[in-house]
Amino acid sequence: MSINLVIFSLLALLMIVSALFAVASSKIMRATTLLLFVLFGTAGLYFMLHYTFLGAVQITVYAGGIVVLLIFVVLLLGKGSVDVTQTSMRRYLAGVVTAMTGMAVTIYLINTTQFAQNTVDPDGVAMRELGMALMGTEKYNYILPFEVMSVLLLACTVGAILIARKK
Amino acid sequence: MTIPAQYMLILSAVLFFVGVFGFFTRRNLVSLLICTELMLNAVDINFAVFNAYCHPEHLEGYIFSLFGIGIAAAETAVAIAIIINVYRNFHSIHIKRLTNLKH
Amino acid sequence: MEQSIYILALPLLSFITLALIGKKLPHKVAGIIGTLSLLATTVLAYVTTASYFLAGRNADGIFAEAMPYNLTWLPINETLSIDLGILISPISAMMLVVITTISLMVHIYSLGYMKGERGFQRYYAFLSLFTFSMLGLVVATNIFQMYIFWELVGVSSYLLIGFYYTKPAAIAASKKAFIVTRFADLFFLIGILIYGYYMETFSFTPGETALAAAGTVLPTALMLMFIGGAGKSAMFPLHIWLPDAMEGPTPVSALIHAATMVVAGVFLTARMFPLFIEFAPGVLHTIAYIGAFTALYAAIVACVQTDIKRVLAFSTISQIAFMMVALGVCTGSDPHEGGLGYMASMFHLFTHAIFKGLLFLGAGAIIHAVHSNEKSHMGGLRKYMPVTHITFLIACLAIAGIPPFSGFFSKDEILAACYAFSKPMGLFMSGIAAMTAFYMFRLYYLIFWGKSHYEEQLALYRSGNIAHEPHKPHEAPMTMTVPLVILAAATCVAGFIPFGEFISSNGHAYAIHLDTKVATTSILLAVTAIVIATIMYIKPGRRITRVVKVVLREPIRAAYHRFYMDEAWLFVTKKIIFNCISRPIAWFDRHVIDASLDLTAKGTQWLGALIRPLQSGNVQTYCVYLLSGALMILLLLLYLN
Repeated sequence: MSINLVIFSLLALLMIVSALFAVASSKIMRATTLLLFVLFGTAGLYFMLHYTFLGAVQITVYAGGIVVLLIFVVLLLGKGSVDVTQTSMRRYLAGVVTAMTGMAVTIYLINTTQFAQNTVDPDGVAMRELGMALMGTEKYNYILPFEVMSVLLLACTVGAILIARKK
Repeated sequence: MTIPAQYMLILSAVLFFVGVFGFFTRRNLVSLLICTELMLNAVDINFAVFNAYCHPEHLEGYIFSLFGIGIAAAETAVAIAIIINVYRNFHSIHIKRLTNLKH
Repeated sequence: MEQSIYILALPLLSFITLALIGKKLPHKVAGIIGTLSLLATTVLAYVTTASYFLAGRNADGIFAEAMPYNLTWLPINETLSIDLGILISPISAMMLVVITTISLMVHIYSLGYMKGERGFQRYYAFLSLFTFSMLGLVVATNIFQMYIFWELVGVSSYLLIGFYYTKPAAIAASKKAFIVTRFADLFFLIGILIYGYYMETFSFTPGETALAAAGTVLPTALMLMFIGGAGKSAMFPLHIWLPDAMEGPTPVSALIHAATMVVAGVFLTARMFPLFIEFAPGVLHTIAYIGAFTALYAAIVACVQTDIKRVLAFSTISQIAFMMVALGVCTGSDPHEGGLGYMASMFHLFTHAIFKGLLFLGAGAIIHAVHSNEKSHMGGLRKYMPVTHITFLIACLAIAGIPPFSGFFSKDEILAACYAFSKPMGLFMSGIAAMTAFYMFRLYYLIFWGKSHYEEQLALYRSGNIAHEPHKPHEAPMTMTVPLVILAAATCVAGFIPFGEFISSNGHAYAIHLDTKVATTSILLAVTAIVIATIMYIKPGRRITRVVKVVLREPIRAAYHRFYMDEAWLFVTKKIIFNCISRPIAWFDRHVIDASLDLTAKGTQWLGALIRPLQSGNVQTYCVYLLSGALMILLLLLYLN
């Protein structure tokens, strides 16, 4: 068993268990913390794919930004954010059945699909190449989506302020 | 030796459906937001994995993942603003109260 | 002839104006608009008629029909189309004069009669509509245009009968009139369609080949058309609506239910006369017998009615029946040999319109003065209403057939035509003419002679037996007396018009000459009848009157109830048609047709109720449905692959 597989297994275990607890926990604060573990695990996966920049972004934006936002709102709302009501059995069952069915179908599909290539480029993606792709104006370059993203983020910031502002 | 792509995909599928399950059963807006983040995250993993295994010479999946993270950030910001506003109006973020769409 | 289009356009314009902005106008302005537009129409009609007759006869010695306008309105196939236009023939020219004259008189008269009534503008709007429709009817270029205007006339009659729409009796009367005439019009329409189908035209003069091929179809079509005419002209047994139609304002009765609309049936028969006489003489004689019976029936009923307008209504029925008889007794198209009745009928239509219009307007003046239709509230009115008295007397003399008033001449021609047809028919109609004289003078004496109701009431008031001082009868205002005087003058001179010069059955000039034997008989009969009426009714409570009342108690009661014709109709419709036909149909409609539709509605409702809970307003639930649905589609696709 290679060291990669061991690391992957540990990461997978961490993520799945954290995700399950995050979803099952009735305390939002705890759920948010567990979500943080999942996000860190995801960053680990990106590193395993040698996508270091993506992993870094994952940690800074997700773990650093979004989770902080979530914690912020949980603390702001205090008791109002506690999920106290019990979910009805029917809904619970429906959730389990749907999730299980969906999972089964997806895993079946993944297992029956042959991938052309089952290896990863060990060099990963060069930073320069990535920068050129993001900022370039050629074919397979993404300057336009990048700018659209920035406009979107600006709009979201303005919108969020507008919505949350006290009248 | 590298890990087979299937393992990665199965992991992301599991995470996604855990998110779906949570989305079905949780009754709190913040919990729902957490579940949404889980699902989005699973999708991001998928993009990255497909890019790395199937088309390493291109960068579509990579960049899609990057944008996905950006979108997630934007979505979270707006969602949190809405949640705060809802709490202000309904004094609760419990989803059962939010049935005004019916009327 | 080009100006003839304005004869139709002006009343229509006046109707539209009054209907649209009438409510905003003061009463007087609305009345003047209506009257002035009708005055212009009348002048135009006179000009048109004069120029038509002054244009002279054509090479065949007849007045050719003039068609200044004709427009193919609705083509049905290559040969058949519905046209709209204007056709002037001798009888339509005569009708133009009659309609516009009487209508103008009624317009002027109504200025006084309807003064201060609610809906004054509406009244004038409807009068304009009626005049337009009636004029359109008589100038129709084809039978279908005639039918269109025929129905318009029916509608305006309906609207005017129900003018006092707050009175239940008026509403009932208007509905009755409309339904009865519509029922008859159904036959008319069927007749028109048969005619159009076999003649391949709606015009009054079908092609020779079609006529030759028609066989028995043409008489059938003509008979059906006559039933329509019988409905409008109140022939027995479709007469039941006319007496009730008296619920409308009295000037309306004068215009529509005495002078113009009710003669539409006669006009229709006269319009189709060439076809009747050539292809369906049997139908024509049937019309004569129906007419004769109606004349008798209406005359008997008229003898015992107490409501003065009802008397006049039955007298109208009887007189129209005279015109029908005159048309029916024709045996040929030459006025010298069997075709006299056509001219006589038209002549009587002409004179009758004038004197019956006068009678109704006079009755209106009386009702206006005493505020009642019942003869018991009248009596002794000659002192109080001298103008009305004299004009009414002139009209009574005219309808009774006393020379030199117009009715004598026309009725004499009718009787001559009847005698020419057969002696029994002549004697029968002479008898009815005598009855006419009797009931008209009964009416006259009851209104103007005898004990004055007002004076009796006044005496009672003076002696303290009643609390209120009775209303003193007074002469009508100028707007009402002027039309009376004009019509009375016309009644005096109309008989001397050489009518046969203008209108005769084959179009050639016909010099009216009095048959001395017939004339003497009818004058003698009329005078006798008048003398009997004088003896019986000049003073109230005569012994002979009481004796007659006792001896003929049962017949009088039956006649008073119009021989229970209304009840018979009610029995047929309510008991037989409603129970045996309408109810099963209604049941079928409600329980089979409606039920199947109800089932569809209920099913939809049930389905809606079933899926309504899905719309919970809970966004999370919606997401669940969305995801589950997507998953199901995925499974389905997998299964299909």
